[in-house]
Amino acid sequence: MASYREIAVNGLWKNNPGLVQLLGLCPLLGVSNSVVNALGMGLATALVLACSNAAVALIRGAVTDAVRLPVFVMIIAALTTCIELLMQAFTYELHQILGIFIPLITTNCIILGRAEAFAAKNNVAHAGFDGLMMGSGFGLVMVAIGAVRELLGTGALLANMQLLFGPLAANWQVTVIPGYQGFLLAILPPGAFLVLGLLIAGKNRLDEILAARTKARQPEVPVPSRRVRVTGVIE
Amino acid sequence: MALPRITSPHAKGSNRTQQVMLQVLLASVPGVLALTWLFGAGTLLNLLWASACALGFEAAILALRQRPLGFFLKDYSALVTAVLLALALPPYSPWWLTLIATGFAIVFGKQLYGGLGQNPFNPAMLGYVVVLISFPVAMTSWPAPHTAGSLDGLQHLLGLGNLPDGWTQATALDALKTNKSLTMDELWAQSPAFGRFGGAAVEVVNLAFLAGGLYLLYKRLFTWHAPVGMLAGLALMSLLFWNGSGSDSHGSPLFHLLSGATMLGAFFIVTDPVSGATSNLGRLIFGLGVGVLVYVIRAWGGYPDGMAFAVLLMNLAAPTIDYYTRPRTYGHRKPTRGFKLGE
Repeated sequence: MASYREIAVNGLWKNNPGLVQLLGLCPLLGVSNSVVNALGMGLATALVLACSNAAVALIRGAVTDAVRLPVFVMIIAALTTCIELLMQAFTYELHQILGIFIPLITTNCIILGRAEAFAAKNNVAHAGFDGLMMGSGFGLVMVAIGAVRELLGTGALLANMQLLFGPLAANWQVTVIPGYQGFLLAILPPGAFLVLGLLIAGKNRLDEILAARTKARQPEVPVPSRRVRVTGVIE
Repeated sequence: MALPRITSPHAKGSNRTQQVMLQVLLASVPGVLALTWLFGAGTLLNLLWASACALGFEAAILALRQRPLGFFLKDYSALVTAVLLALALPPYSPWWLTLIATGFAIVFGKQLYGGLGQNPFNPAMLGYVVVLISFPVAMTSWPAPHTAGSLDGLQHLLGLGNLPDGWTQATALDALKTNKSLTMDELWAQSPAFGRFGGAAVEVVNLAFLAGGLYLLYKRLFTWHAPVGMLAGLALMSLLFWNGSGSDSHGSPLFHLLSGATMLGAFFIVTDPVSGATSNLGRLIFGLGVGVLVYVIRAWGGYPDGMAFAVLLMNLAAPTIDYYTRPRTYGHRKPTRGFKLGE
Protein backbone atom coordinates (compact mmCIF):
# COMPACT_ATOMS: atom_id res chain seq x y z
CA MET A 1 0.00 0.00 0.00
CA ALA A 2 1.43 3.31 -1.12
CA SER A 3 1.58 6.20 1.29
CA TYR A 4 -0.22 9.46 0.57
CA ARG A 5 3.11 11.17 0.10
CA GLU A 6 4.15 8.65 -2.53
CA ILE A 7 0.81 9.02 -4.32
CA ALA A 8 1.20 12.79 -4.40
CA VAL A 9 4.78 12.66 -5.71
CA ASN A 10 3.72 10.11 -8.32
CA GLY A 11 0.81 12.15 -9.60
CA LEU A 12 2.41 15.56 -9.55
CA TRP A 13 5.93 14.76 -10.73
CA LYS A 14 7.34 11.26 -11.06
CA ASN A 15 4.50 9.70 -13.01
CA ASN A 16 2.82 12.88 -14.22
CA PRO A 17 0.13 12.00 -16.78
CA GLY A 18 0.96 14.97 -19.01
CA LEU A 19 4.77 14.90 -18.96
CA VAL A 20 5.68 11.25 -18.32
CA GLN A 21 2.77 8.99 -19.22
CA LEU A 22 1.77 11.26 -22.12
CA LEU A 23 -1.87 10.29 -21.70
CA GLY A 24 -4.81 12.49 -22.56
CA LEU A 25 -2.84 14.36 -25.22
CA CYS A 26 -5.99 15.31 -27.10
CA PRO A 27 -7.29 17.89 -24.58
CA LEU A 28 -3.73 18.68 -23.46
CA LEU A 29 -2.83 19.91 -26.95
CA GLY A 30 -6.28 20.87 -28.14
CA VAL A 31 -7.52 23.44 -25.63
CA SER A 32 -4.32 24.65 -23.95
CA ASN A 33 -4.15 27.88 -25.97
CA SER A 34 -4.92 30.16 -23.02
CA VAL A 35 -4.75 29.98 -19.24
CA VAL A 36 -8.51 30.15 -18.76
CA ASN A 37 -9.23 27.31 -21.22
CA ALA A 38 -6.47 25.18 -19.73
CA LEU A 39 -7.58 25.83 -16.15
CA GLY A 40 -11.24 25.08 -16.95
CA MET A 41 -10.37 21.86 -18.71
CA GLY A 42 -7.85 20.85 -16.02
CA LEU A 43 -10.35 21.39 -13.21
CA ALA A 44 -13.07 19.44 -15.00
CA THR A 45 -10.70 16.53 -15.71
CA ALA A 46 -9.33 16.48 -12.16
CA LEU A 47 -12.82 16.45 -10.67
CA VAL A 48 -14.00 13.61 -12.89
CA LEU A 49 -10.79 11.69 -12.20
CA ALA A 50 -11.03 12.00 -8.42
CA CYS A 51 -14.72 11.04 -8.32
CA SER A 52 -14.38 8.16 -10.79
CA ASN A 53 -11.39 6.73 -8.92
CA ALA A 54 -13.30 6.83 -5.63
CA ALA A 55 -16.40 5.27 -7.22
CA VAL A 56 -14.43 2.52 -8.93
CA ALA A 57 -12.62 1.70 -5.66
CA LEU A 58 -15.97 1.58 -3.89
CA ILE A 59 -17.48 -1.06 -6.17
CA ARG A 60 -14.27 -2.96 -6.93
CA GLY A 61 -15.34 -5.99 -4.91
CA ALA A 62 -18.67 -6.31 -6.72
CA VAL A 63 -17.42 -6.03 -10.32
CA THR A 64 -16.03 -9.12 -11.99
CA ASP A 65 -13.06 -8.91 -14.31
CA ALA A 66 -15.16 -9.73 -17.38
CA VAL A 67 -17.43 -6.68 -17.17
CA ARG A 68 -15.08 -4.21 -15.49
CA LEU A 69 -14.35 -2.02 -18.53
CA PRO A 70 -17.99 -1.30 -19.49
CA VAL A 71 -18.77 -0.58 -15.85
CA PHE A 72 -15.79 1.81 -15.51
CA VAL A 73 -16.72 3.63 -18.69
CA MET A 74 -20.33 4.01 -17.55
CA ILE A 75 -19.20 5.49 -14.25
CA ILE A 76 -16.85 7.91 -16.01
CA ALA A 77 -19.49 8.87 -18.57
CA ALA A 78 -22.04 9.57 -15.84
CA LEU A 79 -19.56 11.78 -13.97
CA THR A 80 -18.59 13.59 -17.17
CA THR A 81 -22.25 14.32 -17.85
CA CYS A 82 -22.55 15.78 -14.34
CA ILE A 83 -19.55 18.04 -14.94
CA GLU A 84 -20.90 19.10 -18.30
CA LEU A 85 -24.28 20.03 -16.81
CA LEU A 86 -22.56 21.93 -14.02
CA MET A 87 -20.45 23.84 -16.52
CA GLN A 88 -23.51 24.65 -18.59
CA ALA A 89 -25.16 26.02 -15.47
CA PHE A 90 -22.32 28.09 -14.05
CA THR A 91 -19.70 28.76 -16.77
CA TYR A 92 -21.79 28.63 -19.92
CA GLU A 93 -19.43 30.65 -22.15
CA LEU A 94 -16.40 28.56 -21.19
CA HIS A 95 -18.46 25.45 -21.88
CA GLN A 96 -19.17 26.79 -25.36
CA ILE A 97 -15.45 27.49 -25.97
CA LEU A 98 -14.28 24.06 -24.77
CA GLY A 99 -17.06 22.46 -26.81
CA ILE A 100 -16.53 18.81 -27.72
CA PHE A 101 -13.55 18.45 -25.38
CA ILE A 102 -15.86 18.32 -22.32
CA PRO A 103 -17.82 15.20 -23.39
CA LEU A 104 -14.52 13.74 -24.59
CA ILE A 105 -13.31 13.60 -20.97
CA THR A 106 -15.13 10.24 -20.96
CA THR A 107 -12.60 8.78 -23.37
CA ASN A 108 -9.58 10.41 -21.72
CA CYS A 109 -7.04 7.61 -21.26
CA ILE A 110 -5.80 8.96 -17.94
CA ILE A 111 -9.15 8.35 -16.28
CA LEU A 112 -9.70 4.81 -17.53
CA GLY A 113 -5.99 4.11 -16.98
CA ARG A 114 -6.08 5.16 -13.32
CA ALA A 115 -9.35 3.28 -12.75
CA GLU A 116 -7.79 0.13 -14.14
CA ALA A 117 -4.27 0.47 -12.74
CA PHE A 118 -4.89 1.99 -9.33
CA ALA A 119 -8.51 2.38 -8.23
CA ALA A 120 -9.45 -1.24 -8.93
CA LYS A 121 -6.72 -2.42 -6.53
CA ASN A 122 -6.83 0.13 -3.70
CA ASN A 123 -9.24 1.44 -1.07
CA VAL A 124 -11.52 4.42 -1.54
CA ALA A 125 -9.43 7.01 0.27
CA HIS A 126 -6.22 6.14 -1.53
CA ALA A 127 -7.93 5.87 -4.91
CA GLY A 128 -9.71 9.20 -4.53
CA PHE A 129 -6.48 10.90 -3.45
CA ASP A 130 -4.63 9.34 -6.38
CA GLY A 131 -7.29 10.64 -8.76
CA LEU A 132 -6.99 14.11 -7.26
CA MET A 133 -3.17 14.12 -7.55
CA MET A 134 -3.11 12.71 -11.07
CA GLY A 135 -5.78 15.22 -12.08
CA SER A 136 -3.86 18.07 -10.48
CA GLY A 137 -0.65 16.99 -12.20
CA PHE A 138 -2.46 16.96 -15.52
CA GLY A 139 -4.12 20.30 -14.82
CA LEU A 140 -0.84 21.95 -13.78
CA VAL A 141 0.91 20.82 -16.97
CA MET A 142 -2.04 22.09 -18.95
CA VAL A 143 -1.99 25.49 -17.24
CA ALA A 144 1.77 25.73 -17.78
CA ILE A 145 1.37 25.04 -21.50
CA GLY A 146 -1.58 27.43 -21.65
CA ALA A 147 0.40 30.20 -19.95
CA VAL A 148 3.41 29.83 -22.26
CA ARG A 149 1.23 29.73 -25.36
CA GLU A 150 -0.87 32.70 -24.28
CA LEU A 151 2.22 34.73 -23.40
CA LEU A 152 4.02 33.94 -26.67
CA GLY A 153 0.90 34.27 -28.76
CA THR A 154 -0.65 37.43 -27.41
CA GLY A 155 1.89 38.98 -25.03
CA ALA A 156 -0.62 38.91 -22.16
CA LEU A 157 -1.60 36.51 -19.37
CA LEU A 158 -4.84 35.59 -17.60
CA ALA A 159 -7.11 37.12 -20.23
CA ASN A 160 -10.86 36.41 -20.02
CA MET A 161 -10.65 34.94 -16.53
CA GLN A 162 -14.24 36.14 -15.96
CA LEU A 163 -15.37 33.08 -17.91
CA LEU A 164 -14.33 30.93 -14.97
CA PHE A 165 -14.36 33.18 -11.91
CA GLY A 166 -17.23 35.57 -12.57
CA PRO A 167 -17.26 39.25 -13.58
CA LEU A 168 -14.88 40.31 -10.79
CA ALA A 169 -12.02 38.51 -12.56
CA ALA A 170 -12.42 40.51 -15.75
CA ASN A 171 -9.52 42.84 -14.87
CA TRP A 172 -7.06 40.10 -13.94
CA GLN A 173 -5.42 40.34 -17.34
CA VAL A 174 -1.72 41.19 -17.17
CA THR A 175 -0.16 42.67 -20.29
CA VAL A 176 3.40 41.45 -19.99
CA ILE A 177 4.74 42.86 -23.25
CA PRO A 178 2.98 46.05 -24.35
CA GLY A 179 2.70 46.61 -28.09
CA TYR A 180 3.39 42.96 -28.83
CA GLN A 181 2.54 41.91 -32.38
CA GLY A 182 1.63 38.36 -31.53
CA PHE A 183 3.34 35.09 -32.48
CA LEU A 184 0.48 33.25 -34.13
CA LEU A 185 2.23 29.87 -34.23
CA ALA A 186 2.09 29.56 -30.43
CA ILE A 187 -1.71 29.80 -30.48
CA LEU A 188 -2.04 27.32 -33.35
CA PRO A 189 -1.77 23.52 -32.78
CA PRO A 190 1.97 23.28 -33.66
CA GLY A 191 2.67 25.62 -30.76
CA ALA A 192 1.13 23.08 -28.36
CA PHE A 193 3.42 20.31 -29.62
CA LEU A 194 6.50 22.53 -29.40
CA VAL A 195 5.74 23.78 -25.89
CA LEU A 196 4.89 20.28 -24.61
CA GLY A 197 8.11 18.92 -26.11
CA LEU A 198 10.17 21.65 -24.49
CA LEU A 199 8.44 21.09 -21.12
CA ILE A 200 9.18 17.34 -21.28
CA ALA A 201 12.80 18.07 -22.18
CA GLY A 202 13.04 20.52 -19.28
CA LYS A 203 11.60 17.99 -16.83
CA ASN A 204 13.97 15.24 -17.97
CA ARG A 205 16.95 17.58 -17.66
CA LEU A 206 15.85 18.64 -14.17
CA ASP A 207 15.50 14.98 -13.17
CA GLU A 208 18.99 14.26 -14.50
CA ILE A 209 20.49 17.13 -12.51
CA LEU A 210 18.66 16.05 -9.35
CA ALA A 211 19.77 12.43 -9.79
CA ALA A 212 23.38 13.51 -10.28
CA ARG A 213 23.19 15.66 -7.16
CA THR A 214 21.81 12.88 -4.94
CA LYS A 215 24.42 10.52 -6.33
CA ALA A 216 27.18 12.99 -5.53
CA ARG A 217 25.85 13.43 -2.00
CA GLN A 218 25.93 9.72 -1.21
CA PRO A 219 29.11 8.54 0.48
CA GLU A 220 31.56 6.67 -1.71
CA VAL A 221 31.04 2.92 -1.41
CA PRO A 222 34.43 1.26 -0.84
CA VAL A 223 35.21 -1.16 -3.64
CA PRO A 224 35.91 -4.63 -2.23
CA SER A 225 39.03 -6.51 -3.24
CA ARG A 226 38.90 -7.68 -6.81
CA ARG A 227 39.05 -11.27 -7.88
CA VAL A 228 39.98 -12.39 -11.34
CA ARG A 229 37.04 -14.69 -11.75
CA VAL A 230 33.75 -13.58 -10.40
CA THR A 231 31.06 -16.20 -10.09
CA GLY A 232 28.64 -14.47 -7.80
CA VAL A 233 27.95 -11.34 -5.85
CA ILE A 234 30.82 -10.42 -3.56
CA GLU A 235 29.50 -9.43 -0.18
CA MET B 1 62.82 3.89 -48.13
CA ALA B 2 59.77 4.34 -45.95
CA LEU B 3 56.62 4.48 -47.93
CA PRO B 4 53.77 6.41 -46.41
CA ARG B 5 50.88 4.14 -45.76
CA ILE B 6 47.69 5.64 -47.17
CA THR B 7 44.48 3.75 -46.87
CA SER B 8 41.81 3.61 -49.53
CA PRO B 9 39.87 5.31 -51.10
CA HIS B 10 42.63 6.81 -53.19
CA ALA B 11 40.45 8.84 -55.55
CA LYS B 12 40.14 12.46 -54.52
CA GLY B 13 36.41 13.02 -54.32
CA SER B 14 34.74 16.30 -55.01
CA ASN B 15 31.57 15.29 -53.28
CA ARG B 16 32.48 16.16 -49.71
CA THR B 17 29.81 18.09 -47.82
CA GLN B 18 31.93 21.21 -47.69
CA GLN B 19 32.57 21.17 -51.47
CA VAL B 20 28.90 20.52 -52.25
CA MET B 21 27.73 23.32 -50.00
CA LEU B 22 30.28 25.73 -51.47
CA GLN B 23 29.06 24.91 -54.99
CA VAL B 24 25.47 25.56 -53.91
CA LEU B 25 26.51 28.91 -52.44
CA LEU B 26 28.34 29.74 -55.67
CA ALA B 27 25.30 28.79 -57.75
CA SER B 28 23.08 31.12 -55.76
CA VAL B 29 25.20 34.14 -56.74
CA PRO B 30 23.26 34.98 -59.96
CA GLY B 31 19.99 34.95 -58.03
CA VAL B 32 21.46 37.13 -55.29
CA LEU B 33 22.78 39.60 -57.87
CA ALA B 34 19.43 39.73 -59.68
CA LEU B 35 17.54 40.29 -56.44
CA THR B 36 19.97 43.01 -55.35
CA TRP B 37 19.80 44.74 -58.73
CA LEU B 38 15.98 44.74 -58.72
CA PHE B 39 15.03 45.14 -55.08
CA GLY B 40 17.93 47.06 -53.58
CA ALA B 41 20.49 46.10 -50.99
CA GLY B 42 17.84 44.50 -48.78
CA THR B 43 18.68 41.02 -50.02
CA LEU B 44 22.34 41.46 -49.14
CA LEU B 45 21.45 42.74 -45.67
CA ASN B 46 19.09 39.79 -45.21
CA LEU B 47 21.89 37.50 -46.32
CA LEU B 48 24.46 38.89 -43.90
CA TRP B 49 22.11 38.94 -40.92
CA ALA B 50 20.66 35.48 -41.65
CA SER B 51 24.15 33.99 -42.00
CA ALA B 52 25.27 35.53 -38.71
CA CYS B 53 22.13 34.23 -36.97
CA ALA B 54 22.43 30.75 -38.47
CA LEU B 55 26.09 30.36 -37.53
CA GLY B 56 25.34 31.66 -34.04
CA PHE B 57 22.45 29.25 -33.49
CA GLU B 58 24.41 26.35 -34.98
CA ALA B 59 27.39 27.04 -32.73
CA ALA B 60 25.22 27.43 -29.64
CA ILE B 61 23.33 24.16 -30.24
CA LEU B 62 26.51 22.29 -31.14
CA ALA B 63 28.06 23.48 -27.88
CA LEU B 64 24.95 22.31 -26.00
CA ARG B 65 25.09 18.94 -27.73
CA GLN B 66 28.84 18.74 -27.05
CA ARG B 67 29.77 18.26 -30.69
CA PRO B 68 32.98 19.55 -32.30
CA LEU B 69 32.26 23.14 -33.30
CA GLY B 70 34.79 23.71 -36.05
CA PHE B 71 34.08 20.48 -37.91
CA PHE B 72 30.35 21.10 -38.24
CA LEU B 73 30.55 24.86 -38.80
CA LYS B 74 33.04 24.34 -41.61
CA ASP B 75 30.70 22.14 -43.64
CA TYR B 76 28.76 25.33 -44.54
CA SER B 77 25.39 23.58 -44.32
CA ALA B 78 24.08 26.18 -41.87
CA LEU B 79 25.25 28.86 -44.26
CA VAL B 80 23.32 27.29 -47.15
CA THR B 81 20.17 27.17 -45.01
CA ALA B 82 20.65 30.83 -44.11
CA VAL B 83 21.20 31.86 -47.74
CA LEU B 84 18.11 30.00 -48.95
CA LEU B 85 16.05 31.60 -46.18
CA ALA B 86 17.42 35.06 -46.89
CA LEU B 87 16.53 34.70 -50.56
CA ALA B 88 13.00 33.56 -49.72
CA LEU B 89 12.24 36.28 -47.15
CA PRO B 90 11.18 39.73 -48.42
CA PRO B 91 14.15 42.11 -48.81
CA TYR B 92 14.63 44.43 -45.81
CA SER B 93 12.75 42.03 -43.53
CA PRO B 94 12.68 43.19 -39.90
CA TRP B 95 15.65 41.78 -37.99
CA TRP B 96 13.49 39.72 -35.60
CA LEU B 97 11.72 38.03 -38.50
CA THR B 98 15.00 36.73 -39.93
CA LEU B 99 16.19 35.81 -36.43
CA ILE B 100 13.10 33.71 -35.68
CA ALA B 101 13.12 32.07 -39.12
CA THR B 102 16.78 31.03 -38.97
CA GLY B 103 16.42 30.03 -35.32
CA PHE B 104 13.56 27.66 -36.09
CA ALA B 105 15.31 26.36 -39.19
CA ILE B 106 18.59 25.55 -37.42
CA VAL B 107 17.41 24.60 -33.93
CA PHE B 108 14.02 22.92 -34.52
CA GLY B 109 14.39 21.98 -38.18
CA LYS B 110 17.87 20.54 -38.08
CA GLN B 111 19.72 20.15 -34.78
CA LEU B 112 16.87 18.78 -32.64
CA TYR B 113 16.54 15.92 -35.13
CA GLY B 114 20.24 15.13 -34.80
CA GLY B 115 21.99 17.59 -37.09
CA LEU B 116 22.97 17.48 -40.74
CA GLY B 117 21.61 14.44 -42.57
CA GLN B 118 19.02 13.55 -39.93
CA ASN B 119 16.35 16.15 -40.61
CA PRO B 120 13.11 14.85 -42.15
CA PHE B 121 12.13 18.35 -43.31
CA ASN B 122 13.99 20.95 -45.30
CA PRO B 123 15.19 23.31 -42.54
CA ALA B 124 14.99 26.49 -44.62
CA MET B 125 11.42 25.78 -45.66
CA LEU B 126 10.46 24.91 -42.08
CA GLY B 127 11.77 28.27 -40.84
CA TYR B 128 10.04 30.02 -43.71
CA VAL B 129 6.67 28.40 -42.97
CA VAL B 130 6.93 29.23 -39.26
CA VAL B 131 7.29 32.95 -39.94
CA LEU B 132 4.80 32.85 -42.85
CA ILE B 133 2.11 31.45 -40.56
CA SER B 134 3.03 33.60 -37.59
CA PHE B 135 3.63 36.99 -39.23
CA PRO B 136 1.55 37.16 -42.42
CA VAL B 137 1.76 40.96 -42.71
CA ALA B 138 5.53 41.21 -42.53
CA MET B 139 5.92 38.27 -44.88
CA THR B 140 3.78 39.73 -47.66
CA SER B 141 5.45 43.15 -47.82
CA TRP B 142 7.66 42.66 -50.84
CA PRO B 143 8.97 46.02 -52.05
CA ALA B 144 8.06 47.05 -55.58
CA PRO B 145 11.07 46.61 -57.87
CA HIS B 146 13.46 49.56 -58.28
CA THR B 147 11.69 51.68 -55.67
CA ALA B 148 13.35 50.48 -52.53
CA GLY B 149 15.27 53.28 -50.88
CA SER B 150 18.04 51.91 -48.76
CA LEU B 151 17.42 54.31 -45.86
CA ASP B 152 13.72 53.48 -45.51
CA GLY B 153 14.52 49.82 -45.90
CA LEU B 154 17.24 49.99 -43.27
CA GLN B 155 14.85 51.64 -40.82
CA HIS B 156 12.32 48.88 -41.44
CA LEU B 157 15.00 46.23 -40.96
CA LEU B 158 16.00 47.70 -37.62
CA GLY B 159 12.37 47.98 -36.54
CA LEU B 160 12.56 51.77 -36.22
CA GLY B 161 9.90 52.77 -38.71
CA ASN B 162 7.23 51.38 -40.95
CA LEU B 163 7.58 51.15 -44.69
CA PRO B 164 6.47 54.28 -46.54
CA ASP B 165 3.22 54.11 -48.50
CA GLY B 166 3.52 52.73 -51.98
CA TRP B 167 6.73 50.95 -51.08
CA THR B 168 5.24 47.51 -51.18
CA GLN B 169 3.30 46.11 -54.07
CA ALA B 170 1.19 43.03 -54.61
CA THR B 171 3.13 40.33 -56.42
CA ALA B 172 1.82 38.88 -59.67
CA LEU B 173 0.58 35.75 -57.91
CA ASP B 174 -1.22 37.97 -55.36
CA ALA B 175 -2.86 40.00 -58.11
CA LEU B 176 -3.94 36.86 -59.93
CA LYS B 177 -5.37 35.36 -56.75
CA THR B 178 -7.43 38.41 -55.80
CA ASN B 179 -8.58 39.03 -59.39
CA LYS B 180 -12.29 38.38 -59.81
CA SER B 181 -13.50 40.31 -62.83
CA LEU B 182 -10.67 41.26 -65.20
CA THR B 183 -9.58 39.15 -68.13
CA MET B 184 -5.93 38.19 -68.37
CA ASP B 185 -5.09 40.93 -70.90
CA GLU B 186 -6.79 43.64 -68.84
CA LEU B 187 -5.07 42.45 -65.70
CA TRP B 188 -1.73 42.38 -67.49
CA ALA B 189 -2.24 45.92 -68.76
CA GLN B 190 -3.46 47.33 -65.45
CA SER B 191 -1.34 45.82 -62.75
CA PRO B 192 2.31 46.82 -62.52
CA ALA B 193 3.01 43.47 -60.92
CA PHE B 194 3.14 41.64 -64.25
CA GLY B 195 6.22 41.56 -66.44
CA ARG B 196 6.79 40.16 -69.88
CA PHE B 197 6.03 36.50 -69.11
CA GLY B 198 5.68 36.16 -65.35
CA GLY B 199 5.78 38.52 -62.41
CA ALA B 200 7.58 41.81 -63.01
CA ALA B 201 11.22 41.58 -61.96
CA VAL B 202 10.57 38.16 -60.42
CA GLU B 203 10.88 36.62 -63.87
CA VAL B 204 14.46 37.88 -64.10
CA VAL B 205 15.18 36.48 -60.63
CA ASN B 206 13.70 33.16 -61.70
CA LEU B 207 15.90 33.07 -64.79
CA ALA B 208 18.94 33.84 -62.64
CA PHE B 209 18.12 30.95 -60.33
CA LEU B 210 17.60 28.77 -63.40
CA ALA B 211 21.12 29.65 -64.54
CA GLY B 212 22.53 28.80 -61.12
CA GLY B 213 20.57 25.56 -61.08
CA LEU B 214 21.82 24.54 -64.51
CA TYR B 215 25.37 25.13 -63.29
CA LEU B 216 24.75 22.76 -60.37
CA LEU B 217 23.26 20.22 -62.76
CA TYR B 218 26.33 20.54 -64.99
CA LYS B 219 28.54 20.01 -61.95
CA ARG B 220 26.47 16.88 -61.19
CA LEU B 221 25.61 17.91 -57.67
CA PHE B 222 22.21 16.37 -58.21
CA THR B 223 20.50 14.40 -60.97
CA TRP B 224 17.93 15.97 -63.25
CA HIS B 225 15.03 13.96 -61.83
CA ALA B 226 13.79 16.14 -58.98
CA PRO B 227 13.90 19.56 -60.71
CA VAL B 228 12.51 18.21 -63.98
CA GLY B 229 9.76 16.40 -62.10
CA MET B 230 8.86 19.56 -60.21
CA LEU B 231 8.83 21.82 -63.28
CA ALA B 232 6.93 19.21 -65.29
CA GLY B 233 4.32 18.81 -62.56
CA LEU B 234 3.79 22.56 -62.37
CA ALA B 235 3.72 23.01 -66.15
CA LEU B 236 1.36 20.07 -66.66
CA MET B 237 -1.10 21.25 -64.03
CA SER B 238 -1.08 24.83 -65.30
CA LEU B 239 -1.57 23.59 -68.87
CA LEU B 240 -4.51 21.41 -67.84
CA PHE B 241 -6.23 24.17 -65.87
CA TRP B 242 -5.10 27.12 -67.96
CA ASN B 243 -8.57 28.12 -69.15
CA GLY B 244 -7.31 30.71 -71.64
CA SER B 245 -7.44 34.38 -70.86
CA GLY B 246 -10.78 34.54 -69.04
CA SER B 247 -11.15 36.22 -65.66
CA ASP B 248 -11.23 32.82 -63.93
CA SER B 249 -7.97 31.75 -65.52
CA HIS B 250 -5.11 30.68 -63.26
CA GLY B 251 -2.38 31.84 -65.64
CA SER B 252 -0.36 30.18 -68.38
CA PRO B 253 2.32 27.52 -67.81
CA LEU B 254 5.04 30.03 -68.69
CA PHE B 255 3.65 32.48 -66.15
CA HIS B 256 3.79 29.84 -63.43
CA LEU B 257 7.28 28.72 -64.35
CA LEU B 258 8.58 32.29 -64.11
CA SER B 259 6.68 33.55 -61.05
CA GLY B 260 7.09 33.25 -57.33
CA ALA B 261 9.67 30.84 -56.01
CA THR B 262 9.46 28.31 -58.86
CA MET B 263 13.10 28.17 -59.99
CA LEU B 264 14.56 28.69 -56.51
CA GLY B 265 12.42 25.79 -55.37
CA ALA B 266 13.10 23.54 -58.34
CA PHE B 267 16.89 23.73 -58.20
CA PHE B 268 17.77 24.67 -54.61
CA ILE B 269 14.98 23.26 -52.42
CA VAL B 270 13.53 20.18 -54.10
CA THR B 271 17.04 18.84 -54.74
CA ASP B 272 17.83 18.63 -51.01
CA PRO B 273 19.46 15.18 -50.71
CA VAL B 274 18.51 14.74 -47.06
CA SER B 275 14.79 15.42 -46.88
CA GLY B 276 13.87 14.28 -50.40
CA ALA B 277 13.50 10.83 -51.90
CA THR B 278 16.57 8.67 -52.53
CA SER B 279 16.25 6.74 -55.77
CA ASN B 280 16.06 8.38 -59.21
CA LEU B 281 12.46 7.31 -59.80
CA GLY B 282 11.64 8.41 -56.27
CA ARG B 283 13.13 11.84 -56.94
CA LEU B 284 11.06 12.17 -60.08
CA ILE B 285 7.88 11.35 -58.15
CA PHE B 286 8.94 13.63 -55.31
CA GLY B 287 9.48 16.55 -57.70
CA LEU B 288 6.26 15.83 -59.54
CA GLY B 289 4.35 15.90 -56.26
CA VAL B 290 5.91 19.22 -55.27
CA GLY B 291 5.03 20.73 -58.66
CA VAL B 292 1.42 19.57 -58.51
CA LEU B 293 1.01 20.76 -54.92
CA VAL B 294 2.54 24.17 -55.72
CA TYR B 295 -0.02 24.63 -58.45
CA VAL B 296 -2.89 23.41 -56.28
CA ILE B 297 -1.96 25.88 -53.53
CA ARG B 298 -1.44 28.74 -56.00
CA ALA B 299 -4.71 28.13 -57.82
CA TRP B 300 -7.11 27.01 -55.10
CA GLY B 301 -5.28 27.40 -51.78
CA GLY B 302 -5.26 30.20 -49.25
CA TYR B 303 -1.75 31.45 -50.03
CA PRO B 304 -0.51 33.09 -53.26
CA ASP B 305 2.57 30.84 -53.45
CA GLY B 306 2.92 27.38 -52.03
CA MET B 307 6.51 26.27 -52.53
CA ALA B 308 7.33 25.88 -48.84
CA PHE B 309 4.11 24.06 -47.98
CA ALA B 310 4.44 21.78 -50.99
CA VAL B 311 8.03 20.85 -50.10
CA LEU B 312 7.16 20.13 -46.45
CA LEU B 313 4.17 17.98 -47.47
CA MET B 314 6.29 15.99 -49.89
CA ASN B 315 9.04 15.67 -47.25
CA LEU B 316 6.41 13.87 -45.18
CA ALA B 317 5.73 11.58 -48.14
CA ALA B 318 9.41 10.91 -48.96
CA PRO B 319 9.80 7.75 -46.79
CA THR B 320 6.70 6.24 -48.42
CA ILE B 321 8.02 7.10 -51.89
CA ASP B 322 11.35 5.48 -50.97
CA TYR B 323 9.51 2.39 -49.78
CA TYR B 324 7.77 1.86 -53.11
CA THR B 325 10.59 2.91 -55.45
CA ARG B 326 13.38 0.78 -54.16
CA PRO B 327 15.68 0.03 -57.09
CA ARG B 328 16.51 -3.52 -58.14
CA THR B 329 19.51 -4.82 -56.29
CA TYR B 330 22.29 -6.08 -58.55
CA GLY B 331 21.99 -9.84 -58.86
CA HIS B 332 18.32 -9.93 -58.00
CA ARG B 333 15.58 -10.10 -60.56
CA LYS B 334 12.85 -8.26 -58.75
CA PRO B 335 13.19 -5.12 -56.67
CA THR B 336 12.74 -5.86 -52.98
CA ARG B 337 9.87 -3.95 -51.57
CA GLY B 338 10.61 -2.23 -48.30
CA PHE B 339 13.52 -2.74 -45.95
CA LYS B 340 14.46 -5.94 -44.25
CA LEU B 341 15.77 -5.87 -40.73
CA GLY B 342 19.36 -6.91 -40.30
CA GLU B 343 20.26 -6.15 -43.90
